[in-house]
Amino acid sequence: MSAQAQVQPQLADEVIVYKKRRNVELLLLLLAQSFGFGGWAITHLNLYGELPTNLAVVGGIWFGLGLATHLVVRFRLPYADPVILPSVFLLNGLGLAMIYRIDQIPEPVRTDATKQLVWTALGLVLFAAVALALRDHRRLQRYPYLLFIAGLFLLLLPLAPVIGHASGGARIWIRIFGMSFQPAEVAKIALAIAFAAYFYEKREVLALAGKRFLGIEFPRARDLGPIAIMWLASLAVMVFQNDLGTSLLFFGLFTVMIYIATEKPAWPIIAGLAFTAAGIAAAKFTNHVPRRLNAWLDPFSDYDRNLQIISAQFGFAWGGLFGRGWGLGRPGLTPLAKSDMIAAAIGEELGVLGLMAVVMIYALLIARGFKTAVTSPDGFGKLLAAGLSFVFALQVFTIIGGVTRLLPLTGLTTPFMSQGGSSLVANWIIIAILMIISHRSRLPQAATAAPQDASALEAASAQDATAVISR
Amino acid sequence: MNGPIRKVATFVAVLLAALLVNLTWISVVRTESLNEDSRNRRVRDAEFSRNRGTILVGNTPIAQSVERAGRFPFVRTYPEPEIWSTVTGWYSYDYARSGLELSYNQQLAGTSSLQAASRAIDILSGRQGRGANLSTTLNASAQAAAVRALGKQRGAVVAMNYATGEVLAMVSTPTYDPNRLATVDLAAEREAWTELLNAKDEPLKNRAVREVYPPGSTFKLVTAAAALEDGMVPSTELDAPASLRLPNSSRSMGNSTNCGGTRVSLEQAMKTSCNTAFGNLGLELGADKMIAMAEKFGFNQDQRIDMAAAPSRFPTEIDEAQTALTAIGQFDVAASPLQMVQVVAAIANDGEMMRPYLVSTVTNRDLTVLSAQSPERLNRAISKSTAEHLQQMMIATVEDGTGKPARIDGVVIGGKTGTAQSAPDRPPYAWFVGYAEDPQVAVVAFVENADVDRDDISGGRLAAPIFKAVVEALR
Repeated sequence: MSAQAQVQPQLADEVIVYKKRRNVELLLLLLAQSFGFGGWAITHLNLYGELPTNLAVVGGIWFGLGLATHLVVRFRLPYADPVILPSVFLLNGLGLAMIYRIDQIPEPVRTDATKQLVWTALGLVLFAAVALALRDHRRLQRYPYLLFIAGLFLLLLPLAPVIGHASGGARIWIRIFGMSFQPAEVAKIALAIAFAAYFYEKREVLALAGKRFLGIEFPRARDLGPIAIMWLASLAVMVFQNDLGTSLLFFGLFTVMIYIATEKPAWPIIAGLAFTAAGIAAAKFTNHVPRRLNAWLDPFSDYDRNLQIISAQFGFAWGGLFGRGWGLGRPGLTPLAKSDMIAAAIGEELGVLGLMAVVMIYALLIARGFKTAVTSPDGFGKLLAAGLSFVFALQVFTIIGGVTRLLPLTGLTTPFMSQGGSSLVANWIIIAILMIISHRSRLPQAATAAPQDASALEAASAQDATAVISR
Repeated sequence: MNGPIRKVATFVAVLLAALLVNLTWISVVRTESLNEDSRNRRVRDAEFSRNRGTILVGNTPIAQSVERAGRFPFVRTYPEPEIWSTVTGWYSYDYARSGLELSYNQQLAGTSSLQAASRAIDILSGRQGRGANLSTTLNASAQAAAVRALGKQRGAVVAMNYATGEVLAMVSTPTYDPNRLATVDLAAEREAWTELLNAKDEPLKNRAVREVYPPGSTFKLVTAAAALEDGMVPSTELDAPASLRLPNSSRSMGNSTNCGGTRVSLEQAMKTSCNTAFGNLGLELGADKMIAMAEKFGFNQDQRIDMAAAPSRFPTEIDEAQTALTAIGQFDVAASPLQMVQVVAAIANDGEMMRPYLVSTVTNRDLTVLSAQSPERLNRAISKSTAEHLQQMMIATVEDGTGKPARIDGVVIGGKTGTAQSAPDRPPYAWFVGYAEDPQVAVVAFVENADVDRDDISGGRLAAPIFKAVVEALR
């Protein structure tokens, strides 16, 4: 808050300089990385009675990756929030260790964890690339329509013949040259940027024009155009790709951004009603959705069909409060334990308390995301940071809620933990963008004076839109 | 824009809090029922991998866990399966457990609340946990004699020290090999289960304690007890017509033996197992007294033995004709062999009912005693004088009545025969219930498919030698 006040020229003599806190970040990072590393070593110890022989090599690679990423941040984004990177490394490390642990179940053992580590490295390379290439996130603001179309295209790509590919009932993959990829993960980034840019530009029109009805201001019919398109796209994802989770994610992203941009509660209300309507229709007219509802409300009515969710519940019960310990549970009994159900594996071996701790790490990360949004001096950055944080939170809530039977289960990845390259890489890019916004929002004003002259005006309007529009 | 961002952040906080609340809910509310679900493979596998305690007869193990390599580190083995299957029951991966393996499952597995301390020590010291051992009250030679005497017949034997309630033998035939169900070869286990379950002789049934049958004439002991408690004496004369017309019914009751006259003493009626005399006795006493007597002996009540057992039945709403029939152990009267041995034991123990038990001590592997059972008095079923009259009548029955085949030189033996039918087209059930004074034991021998005439002498002739074999094994 005070940082924004500093934007105004007349207060320039009271410049507040945020501490960089890079050493704190390094310390937290080492601590956070030791969780995944320790999990991996303990798993090996518990299963084979000895520490892994490649302890030093793996340790070197793992902490080396962390150190390298830290150095990129230290030199390129020195003012970025110091908690974001350690949180992500903690989650990523736990995911890797758990995938390694589940790798040990079949005979012969699998090497998915190694692949996931390669994906992690690739994610970190892209993180560094974004951090190095993108000096200012506002450059992303330039192409909203192009990114919107690209995002929609990617989102609907799995429906295309030949390359589109269905698995486990959901058609959300494309397969090129033998490689599977979930384009929705990249679409998430493209659409988030597109929405942020579009709504930031149009927020006044969307906010001002409208009719009052039942105490709520409704937007004009023609302004409903984009929301209708997005609603239809989400519906298409739900109906044709059989993917309720992704559909919910995109619609949620869209709704939250339009709400933050316009500050009108009518949008989330309309969107909520529309999504409910679509959900009810899906429950009535599809086979997929009612089955999931049944698996949620009464899984034991059909043991064989609901084996996955039932087995996850057995896993939680087996793990109890403190868990069986690394390598000592039976997470392999739950189908898809490495990907969709990794939260169940965590709950079984690290206990309900361990999973709660994981949820709290997510909460910390999300809170830092929202904090970045609140302190960001420019409206585009606010929208983007808040939107990305929200969609991240929604994803965590949907998948962990699904695994724990708070919600019907939807096939989403658990960010940074689930096996799967596309999701991991995309999420690292999102973290890079978030940290750039964070860096710029915590930059001392004296240092920002350079970027644009317009920034002061822009920032002023961003901090209090109503003051400029003066209704 | 910060206002909406804060609202969204609050909304997100609520979502994440809901996750935490739900996890708490799982932990507090759902865990127990999930861990008890029989389909929970995690629990089943862990249970099946435990180093269970040993079940001992004297110092000889009749069930023990043997270490092995593989998915399950221990396999349950039964050294003399065909002798002890009724007692041990089975212990299997897919088909749960029975017998002592069931009733002492927690102690054997080491999961009972009493073992929490030693469990914690095991965890802290990194030692493999081990369950507690069971020392039983059983007598190996009596058990073996009973199995041998029953032979290929379907039937049961229960022998019990009537002064203490210690069960000395418990057999249900045909026996089976519980090793086949305890095997870690799960395919072979399923095959064995299917075979045993569908076998014509139903070996998995525990006929000694979990099945009830019409007790037939052996129930006359209860009727006689009710009469004596009501003030009669063994010399009280009763009408014993050749045929007793049942009140308000077109049916009549006949005798299958020679009662020795149309008016006989109670003792004479017992010795000859005279149906019409006891039918009359039932009519004279009335339903209420009969019900009260049967319930004092434990009918219509849960069994107190330390093994899953079926309660025996005596109908509580009966008209006169039915009262006459129940007095000779027909109509809806149904008793387990265990119940009948308790009736005899109460008589031999001067009227005191003792709680039957199989396990005397449960000991941890460090030989500390986890729990010990000492003789426990349940209730007084009949007065001492009634018990003495009944003893005298039972001794007379063996001396020169229907129970002659049970006589052993030099041992005071009292007994009562019985032949009961459940349906006209089925072979009758043969019973012999009795006691010996030295050794102090009450024994019931029961044969389900007695291929004999439907009279009491025939039932006695079939079941009494089994009784005799068990008593002789105990001498």
